[in-house]
Amino acid sequence: MLLEVNDIGITFGGLRAVMGFNMGVDKDEIVGLIGPNGAGKTTVFNLLTGVYTPTEGKIIFDQKDITGKKTNVINNLGIARTFQNIRLFKSMSVIDNVKVAYNQNMKYNELQGVFKFGLYKKEEAELHEKALNLLDVFGLKGEAEENAGNLPYGKQRKLEIARALGTGPKLLLLDEPAAGMNPSETAELMEIIRLVKDKFRVSILLIEHDMSLVMNICERLYVLDYGSLIASGPPEEIKNNQDVISAYLGE
Amino acid sequence: MAFYKKQFGLISAAVILILLVLFRYLGIIDDYYITIIDLVFINIILAVSLNLTIGFLGQLALGNAGFMAIGAYTSAILTTYLKLPPILLFPVAVLCSGVLAVLSSLIVGIPSLRLKGDYLAIITLGFGEIIKNIITGLKITGGARGYKGIMNYNTDFETNAYVNMIVLYLFAGLTVFVISNFTKSRHGRVIKSIRDNEIASEASGVNIMYYKLLGFSMSAFFAGVAGSLYAHHNGILAANKFDFNYSIEMVIMVVLGGMGNIKGSIAAAIFLTFLPQLLSSFSDKRMLFYSILLIIVMLVKNKNYPFLKIDFYKKRLLGR
Repeated sequence: MLLEVNDIGITFGGLRAVMGFNMGVDKDEIVGLIGPNGAGKTTVFNLLTGVYTPTEGKIIFDQKDITGKKTNVINNLGIARTFQNIRLFKSMSVIDNVKVAYNQNMKYNELQGVFKFGLYKKEEAELHEKALNLLDVFGLKGEAEENAGNLPYGKQRKLEIARALGTGPKLLLLDEPAAGMNPSETAELMEIIRLVKDKFRVSILLIEHDMSLVMNICERLYVLDYGSLIASGPPEEIKNNQDVISAYLGE
Repeated sequence: MAFYKKQFGLISAAVILILLVLFRYLGIIDDYYITIIDLVFINIILAVSLNLTIGFLGQLALGNAGFMAIGAYTSAILTTYLKLPPILLFPVAVLCSGVLAVLSSLIVGIPSLRLKGDYLAIITLGFGEIIKNIITGLKITGGARGYKGIMNYNTDFETNAYVNMIVLYLFAGLTVFVISNFTKSRHGRVIKSIRDNEIASEASGVNIMYYKLLGFSMSAFFAGVAGSLYAHHNGILAANKFDFNYSIEMVIMVVLGGMGNIKGSIAAAIFLTFLPQLLSSFSDKRMLFYSILLIIVMLVKNKNYPFLKIDFYKKRLLGR
């Protein structure tokens, strides 16, 4: 198992947002996390990425205990994410957005950066090349010098995924990647997600409300309701699960 | 032409230097203007370095006059008590001023940079006032009477011909060079990403606290250096100079020149240093004037008038 979540829970004051939650993601797997609004899906993402510290339970990633580690440390270990409401570096160029992600693997220091000696030239040239190649995968090469904030919505979503991949993750968390997209954009996104999985050899865990996407590309699903797991298994099974249907539609 | 374009900054810097030297020794600019130009260079250092914190890092820090005061008094005290050959004394004093400003910025920064917006502004503002009051209270700094007899260009011409217009120019140039190159390096990129979206930056593996401290302490370093230059330029120091108003004046330079715009900071520093001198009879009310000016600039800035852009003049004057 690449990611193992053991009985995690978090309490905000008197509210138990997530409790006794267990899940796992294997290498090269696309896993979906679904549930009605307010079920605690994004809270699980925030627990996995260290935005919140779980009040109980353990998170094991790549044989390391990452419970309570800081967000940036968890990212360095190999979990990258996108956000439900897009969070780009809006006033920076598209390529600079991606370059920030590569920063953690670069070595030249502050002094070399200011006086442009040593590793500076070599690393910056390599970085530019790498960033352009990454943008090319997402069809954003033409807009490399554009301001990220000026991109149309669909491309902003793509750029966010590109930036997350730039950090060199083993596990990619996508928070509602298809939100606000029309059916043809969603279909394109599905292709991209498959491509990302194969090309970058990452496992993907995604939250999504668009059932056509979830049922199509996820190999396994976890269903959350009121902070606890009510079902898990392959999409076909989940589709016919009585608990899931009543959670979504009511009794 | 390609070379000219690539080395535009370096060439224009050299041209300005030559013109300054020429004008000075030909006596085209008199002592009165030289004093103002000196102040311009000090203010350029302050504005450009503060732009790193406010414009690039996106943290509203209002205590830069405090760091400047620390630099100024450190340098003044060192050059009074330290026995070193004159050729070494000044560089050592400048460096120590910067380093001490950095140390104090770390002491303020480590707890306060966790705060955001107004809260950071308040705590840094408080820090500036504390520094001012400590200086007023101490004996070694001359207390409220001020610090007199700091070696400077006018009194120690033979032993110390250091802080004159040319030296100030070189320091200002060095500051602009360092800050603008820094903002284009990977570290600068990360600092801008923190300004744009802190949460996303952290999720992209950036150690937010380290880079915030880096930007903040770099600002402080140059403020300290500017303080040291100011001390040796003036020869006397009064703690009251480094009050809240001076911090705000630096912020105004940054805002007027544009957040994250180094050329703008330089232009604003020049403009706002000359302005009160030209309106000297009006100088009591200059803060009032600044506020009105700032409001006008804010109103005009968002309108996107073409004549406010450099390109507009480049096309007309240089034909490109």
